[in-house]
Amino acid sequence: MKKIMTRYTLTLLFLLVLPGLVWAQDLVTDKSFGADNEIIITFSQPVAPQAAVDSATYTVYEEPDPDIRLQIKEIILAEDEKGVSLIFSEPLNTTESHVVTIADLLPDEEPTTIIVTKSYLGYLIGILLSALLINNFVFTKYLGLCVFFGTSKRKDTAKGMGFTFTIVMVVSAIMSWFFYQYILTPFDLNFLQIVVFIGLVSLTVQAVDTILRKVNPALFNSFGVYLVLVIANCVIIAVPLILADNEYNFLETFMLSLGAGGGFLLALYLMSSVRERMDLANIPPTFKGVPIAFIVAGQFALAFLGFSGLQIF
Amino acid sequence: MATDKSNMQLVVNGILNENPIFRLVLSMCPAVGISTTMMNGLMLGVAVLFVQVFSSVTIAIFKDYIHPRIRIPTYTLTIATWVTVIDLVLAAFLPEAYAKMGIFVKLIVAFAIITMRLEMFASKESVKASLWDGIGMGLGFMAGMMAIGFVRELLGMGTLMGYDILGFKPLLFFILPCAGFFVVGLMMAFFNYIEIAYKKAKQA
Repeated sequence: MKKIMTRYTLTLLFLLVLPGLVWAQDLVTDKSFGADNEIIITFSQPVAPQAAVDSATYTVYEEPDPDIRLQIKEIILAEDEKGVSLIFSEPLNTTESHVVTIADLLPDEEPTTIIVTKSYLGYLIGILLSALLINNFVFTKYLGLCVFFGTSKRKDTAKGMGFTFTIVMVVSAIMSWFFYQYILTPFDLNFLQIVVFIGLVSLTVQAVDTILRKVNPALFNSFGVYLVLVIANCVIIAVPLILADNEYNFLETFMLSLGAGGGFLLALYLMSSVRERMDLANIPPTFKGVPIAFIVAGQFALAFLGFSGLQIF
Repeated sequence: MATDKSNMQLVVNGILNENPIFRLVLSMCPAVGISTTMMNGLMLGVAVLFVQVFSSVTIAIFKDYIHPRIRIPTYTLTIATWVTVIDLVLAAFLPEAYAKMGIFVKLIVAFAIITMRLEMFASKESVKASLWDGIGMGLGFMAGMMAIGFVRELLGMGTLMGYDILGFKPLLFFILPCAGFFVVGLMMAFFNYIEIAYKKAKQA
């Protein structure tokens, strides 16, 4: 059993790394971001030093705006003449992919175009962390507040709700992604987005309800009550709408929904911890109940502002 | 089971006694998220009013044909249809305001207030009463959104509906997205304060 698990994990890891291997090209063997204003390119063979340090050889732009060429300040050739590092006058925005075109470096060679991005795995983890902390759905996007205030009174409830929620969200987001990619877009049915997505969410909730009831009655007894609440929540319908807007691929969809669900769990758990404490506090009668919960949520939102600009990869 | 309230009472009930935002504490997401100006509140209020009225009437007409076991999915799909209508209309005719409200127009489909009104009122009452109840609830939501927008816009930018009122910006903090939580919390506390004071005065 353990062996099979290990094999599956290794296969999965290999599949994740695969895109990186496929990208390798003929002339350029490796490229990456160096310091915050540097792109490092490694070639498969030594190149002519004169052409390699000429800034006219390279044109660099960010993928969304091809018209804005980035200014190259300096080009440093590696000692074995098999690599260069391009130094730019401005720091690069490493969250965007950069397109580098290399012309006239080798005789009788077509101009080579390479795309420099952060590693794909890092990018995916970036999406996860962004949905979890930087764009936390409760504290910075203000979604799902009804359920957030309704079920954050006790820690146990908060945990149960958060887990149920994450499962439903991942399943429904993946289903919505399939529908969007293979049915709505090819047949020009995008105006039906809302109807289809809300239908899929209700379907997922109903399915999880039925499966859980049969497979694990104990779990159903503790989580079942939250399932009904999930439908009336805006986070769950917001995720398919966001991924339809951004044209995410399958892995990105998975990471976004996981991050959104995890972020909701985190928010619920933090809030319930505070509210359990608040029961013991002496709160003025005008603030009792919902008003004080709003003030606490506002303070959490202020704290979560601190995550903006967080960059790990 | 017919309601004994007159049309006017139903409307006033939606705006005051059962105000969706301040009394029922439902549909808080837009109240916090996009209430930075009165204009946003008014626009989303109009959209919600439209969806609420038309869904209420639709359900009230067809209530005898809906099997109780599938009523919630039926409500959801009815709402989704009307939300699609208002979404497409706003995107076509008011693209600027639509861009400001972003994803929230589509999210009307998940607003608890609309489903709750269909379940509690439209599925039991006559078409006419449901129409007036829908108008009351929609206006109540609009009033709540505009009240929050009023406070945030006046204190944050010194303007109302885009017109300069104060001539200076008292506290930029209120325009920050997270200030929505504080404003809603403080306004609720304020209404509670009035209620407590009113009850005390009545007893004395």
